[in-house]
Amino acid sequence: MSSQPSEFPRTLPALDLDNEAFWTGGKNGELLINRCDDCGYYVHPPTGFCPSCESRDVRPQPVSGRGEIVTMTVNYRAWFPDIPVPYVVAMVAIEEQQDVRLITNIVDCDPLSVEIGDKVRVRFEQVEDLWIPLFFPDPEARP
Amino acid sequence: MTTDYPEKGIAITGIGQSKISRGAQKSALGLTIDAVMDAIEDAGLERKDIDGLACWPGAITDGSGFAPVGIPALQDALRLKVNWYANTRETSGQFGAMFNVIAALNAGLCRHAIVFRTMYQATARKRGLVNASFQPGQRTYSHMAWHAPYGAFVAVTQQALYFARYVHESGIRPEQVAQIALNGRRNASLNPAAIYRTPLTLDEYMESPMISSPLRIFDCDVPIDGSTAILLSRREEAKDMRNPVLHIDSIGCNMHYRNNWSQLDALATQAQPEVANMMWNRTDLCPKDVDIAELYDGFSFHSINWLENFGFCKQFEAGDFIEGGHRIALEGELPINTNGGALSAGRMHAYGQIHEACIQLWGRGEARQVKGDPRVVALSTAGGPLAGAFLLVKE
Repeated sequence: MSSQPSEFPRTLPALDLDNEAFWTGGKNGELLINRCDDCGYYVHPPTGFCPSCESRDVRPQPVSGRGEIVTMTVNYRAWFPDIPVPYVVAMVAIEEQQDVRLITNIVDCDPLSVEIGDKVRVRFEQVEDLWIPLFFPDPEARP
Repeated sequence: MTTDYPEKGIAITGIGQSKISRGAQKSALGLTIDAVMDAIEDAGLERKDIDGLACWPGAITDGSGFAPVGIPALQDALRLKVNWYANTRETSGQFGAMFNVIAALNAGLCRHAIVFRTMYQATARKRGLVNASFQPGQRTYSHMAWHAPYGAFVAVTQQALYFARYVHESGIRPEQVAQIALNGRRNASLNPAAIYRTPLTLDEYMESPMISSPLRIFDCDVPIDGSTAILLSRREEAKDMRNPVLHIDSIGCNMHYRNNWSQLDALATQAQPEVANMMWNRTDLCPKDVDIAELYDGFSFHSINWLENFGFCKQFEAGDFIEGGHRIALEGELPINTNGGALSAGRMHAYGQIHEACIQLWGRGEARQVKGDPRVVALSTAGGPLAGAFLLVKE
């Protein structure tokens, strides 16, 4: 079952020069996370400064789109009309770097089946000119 | 001796509170005037004596009722002439305004300062303004923009992420978590000003609706209309004032974690441990000296987290500490949230706890008064990347 019809009403973020790549990379099927050209550290939320080596050569780079659920909640309350409940809000750590954590929804599964520690993969949902990263259970990680 | 920290020179000298309700008969400003005038009178002062004003977080005029009254409206209504004033939105939770006042009094910028916190969310919700910063169809510039597209509109969903991680790491059981809500309701039954006073049973808790796992409805505090005011003065002046001196013995106001709701690098504990360490490092007191703990309970788990992070029990052992509710009851070894807390008395948003700490230390608790002349209260506030704490001591 799908927990996430595409009609899920989403509040969209306003774009700026730092966050635009993250919210639009899905147009090319890419999850773009800022990364330091000098030391390889991923910087999220995206800025042009590497807190690890102080380089300013930090640019959006595609990552694998694989991650792990660090924590999650099943939300049962419809905070606005037309929001299908229940749905899962999760914090996903990307495979490349544990301290890059994305707030997201876990979709394409029974909300009550989702657990902390589950491996997940990204997919995108287009809303207007943005591509919202969502995650679904990694089929290769399931027995 | 840790005697040279400046907060030790500051005392709470008066408290005030409006009627707390689920639908006020007065405006938010009217409630604020009630609370502030109450505090001035309580201290034996007059309006002309007040020369400092602070609040958290300052007026937010979005119709949500979260903070409808700021300094200018109150100051003008009371025609106060102040020498220092500031609101403080980006700070260590709701107590940030208290910490700023402590600094201002020590800097000699004012002598008697009022801190107030006003909420009007009960009325606002009847008008349908659940959350004015997140609306489907609108682009948000909110600091919570990383949460916005995902239906994580409200604090209950955002903070459930921390609590779920705490449950995962600690193994706390729902019937243990329940004790925070049950304890609050038991205390509220003895507090005529509390919103919910009917006793709550464990069965009722366990059968109550889940809002955002692991939070059930009874784990969430109660939106209210109301205002609380706290009057602070220099300790030397407090000795000549009406009420017994209650001095601030130490504060915790640091932020050593990532200051970001989605990237906070302390999910299970939130930003509390370093704040608690700072507080204990500035005092000769230790956890066993604390007579009462007024722990933030915007959600029940906040109180659970603070029990551990203050060191009243070991990390991930709060479930055992509160099991059965005896230790945290009014007659227990560490009474907590003695007025019913935000869960049952209403969301005074940390300022209810300060008010109640003074009630207990001044012996005005009546049916809910903690026995044995309590002298030391530990107070805490907020969740996620926000945290603040202080110790209040009766001399």
